[in-house]
Amino acid sequence: MKAHLSRRYLFSASHRLHSEAMSDEENHATYGKCNNPYGHGHNYIVEVTVSGQVDPKTGMVCNLVDLDGFMEREVLCRFDHENLNTLREFARNVPTTENLCIRIYEIVHRGFREVHLERVRLEETMMNSFEYRG
Amino acid sequence: MVYLTRKAEFAASHYYDNPDLPPEENRRLFGKCNNPNGHGHNYVLEVTVKGEVDPRSGFVIDLKQLKDVMHREVLNAMDHRFLNKEVPEFLHQIPTTENIAIAIWQRLVTKLERAKLHRVRVYETPDLFVDFYGEA
Repeated sequence: MKAHLSRRYLFSASHRLHSEAMSDEENHATYGKCNNPYGHGHNYIVEVTVSGQVDPKTGMVCNLVDLDGFMEREVLCRFDHENLNTLREFARNVPTTENLCIRIYEIVHRGFREVHLERVRLEETMMNSFEYRG
Repeated sequence: MVYLTRKAEFAASHYYDNPDLPPEENRRLFGKCNNPNGHGHNYVLEVTVKGEVDPRSGFVIDLKQLKDVMHREVLNAMDHRFLNKEVPEFLHQIPTTENIAIAIWQRLVTKLERAKLHRVRVYETPDLFVDFYGEA
């Protein structure tokens, strides 16, 4: 039987939305308050959904200890309590939640091979969330 | 096609153990979840059905009927129970969130009138949930 397992993790980070390809006026018009020069922060929730056959030996789609360990090492340590704009990942890319969601998907897709990755969903606030399925 | 979701909560205890494996392997695989005295969760169940809207009633499904089916087939059996000892599906199968979602699907799938069961979602905690769509 194929089931989909989802796990949620919290990390806090700051960012500023600003593109070098645009003038100051364009940046202000495009990003509004998100273009404020000192940035602002979010408590991001990343929700990872994996799918696969339920292992009859364990009753699980994947071992949560492995998934939690991977996410802690490769995602949370990388982004938690960071200023996203200062990270290598966003040297040439605006750290919108769309781009952050895609980046996290790529990290999990390449590094956690135990089970099929269905999607990564990222909640920026209670009102906005983004989803990437590869 | 319209999708309708009804939520319910149930409180249950369980533990993870495979009797075909030695105790050390069970402890390694399941950690604290292997404690034979069990531990508990407030599970949240979301049942999603799908169907066309009946032009006479405006309903996809009679919610009272869905609620009664959920109580009769699932909640009466699982609420305030020790899953490993009291629910037939889990006498010989580990009551992981995956297996609970599958068991609930199997209890509900043939019992609905008018609408079709689309998804069963079971939250073990707010940060951990399983979806089952009836796929083999």
